[in-house]
Amino acid sequence: MKKEYSKEMLAEICEKFPEVSIKIHSPRRVYMRISRDKVYDFAKFLFEEKQLRLSIATGIDTRDGMEIIYHFTLDEVGTYYNIKTVIPKDDLKIKSLTPFLPAANWIEREIHELLGVDFIGHPNLKPLLTAEAWHADLQPLRRDYADEHKEIKIDKKTGGLA
Amino acid sequence: MRRVVPIGPYHPLQEEPEFFKLIVEGEKVVDLEINIGYNHRGHEFISPTLTWDQVPFLVERICGICSDSHPYAYVLAVEDCAHVTPPPRSQYIRTIIGELERIHSHYLWLGLAGHFIGYNTVWMWVWRYREPLLDLFELIMGNRNHYAINKIGGARRDIRKEDFPKIEKYLDLLEEKNAMFTKAILDDPVIRARLEDVGVLSKEDAIAYAVTGPTARGSGYAIDVRKDDPYDAYDKVDWNEIVFEEGDVLAKAKVRLLECDESIKIVRQCLKNMPEGSIETRVDEIPPGEGIGRHEAPRGEVFHYVRSNGSNMPVRHKVRAPSFMNIASNVVAVRGYSIADAALVLASVDPCYCCTERTFVYQSGKKKYSGQDLLKLSWEKTEKLKRRYKK
Repeated sequence: MKKEYSKEMLAEICEKFPEVSIKIHSPRRVYMRISRDKVYDFAKFLFEEKQLRLSIATGIDTRDGMEIIYHFTLDEVGTYYNIKTVIPKDDLKIKSLTPFLPAANWIEREIHELLGVDFIGHPNLKPLLTAEAWHADLQPLRRDYADEHKEIKIDKKTGGLA
Repeated sequence: MRRVVPIGPYHPLQEEPEFFKLIVEGEKVVDLEINIGYNHRGHEFISPTLTWDQVPFLVERICGICSDSHPYAYVLAVEDCAHVTPPPRSQYIRTIIGELERIHSHYLWLGLAGHFIGYNTVWMWVWRYREPLLDLFELIMGNRNHYAINKIGGARRDIRKEDFPKIEKYLDLLEEKNAMFTKAILDDPVIRARLEDVGVLSKEDAIAYAVTGPTARGSGYAIDVRKDDPYDAYDKVDWNEIVFEEGDVLAKAKVRLLECDESIKIVRQCLKNMPEGSIETRVDEIPPGEGIGRHEAPRGEVFHYVRSNGSNMPVRHKVRAPSFMNIASNVVAVRGYSIADAALVLASVDPCYCCTERTFVYQSGKKKYSGQDLLKLSWEKTEKLKRRYKK
């Protein structure tokens, strides 16, 4: 059996969410773009009705804003369905997926601490990876971070930034 | 009354830093808090400062145990981005190394699991037969660990014709011993009593927490990248996916033991059918775009995402190790069991905290060894191994 994305599913997506723009990179890699208000409903539809598995999410700091990609996968056909959304930089907020999808818990915490995106409705947005003494407003994966903090001085007493 | 029992960050049983806060009522665990981040090294930050060809060397050092899986997933991601298909021979070589690594990693876990339950005989026996495999790696690629076999567009080293019989010889030995372990471990009433019905992760929880690898397959959640999204030589060989429904620690142990048999099968077929030809295609440029690579590592699905803007460096490189999902599922797996079971349940997902640190200078007796001296020692040992296998 040749494994690739299912055309019926994409047709159903187009019907239910007409604003989604779909780009097919290769038979098993599909990228979809959607506005940030619709991400919650769309992800809920994919997880609860289509039984997709959330593999991980990626946060990228781009010129247009903060881009978040949710990588969902359908294991029966081995296809990745990636949902992309862009959040404007002056309003870094998006609805959290954790209430219905526990797998999103850690990655949302990670994106919150490394990129500074607020996930509304997340039960516990504590830093996951960085040290306790790390400044909460320093997000290492943002573009402006590398310019401002080329030389980082460590306070020997606390282990945090001086 | 609720009390807190801390395990970690430094604990004699767990070699790697991770902090589990068990909240207990009497002997029973009612809740669990997990703190990680003692080992954060910022790979995703470093990666965009390196060129495409330098990144495999960086990601190889994310993990010391499954050091083949991260570069493997990374090169698959870049090849997906650039629409490159590596030559068939290199695909077989990569598959062989990936499967041999699975055997060595599962044996490492099995030995440690024996050690965790106080059954040191299992630990010593299993590791005795893991050791020749590491020697085999050194013989083929010059390193016991960090094999550096993956390269964008192919493999970096060929497996020589004269090494084939040595691999076959080891597989014969392993097949016999793996059957022995399977029988010894599954027939032992003490091990059964210790592992059965402990740390049950139900299928619903496995799906909600999106666990991968043997942790998922032990809970009846049949996902395996090698079957679902076959890459390289995996769709050209015949093997079975091992799935058990129970979800307890014993089921996970069974999955790992029986998977070793399947790995032996895959390596045998690859050695038999390996085509001749070149081992790499030249990749000059990575076009703008994005790519996803996934590889079934011993612990589950490794996921790499790269984005390119056409320059010689990635713009963004996302790495997801399987333990990132598996460790989080401990919160439900450990609930309701006693404190004595907790250490075993936490270890049953085969957690990998990516701990390897590299050392350049160390002192033994009076002689100071530099990096060069250590390299020389390593070469000498490889030569010794070659002589031994010649006899």
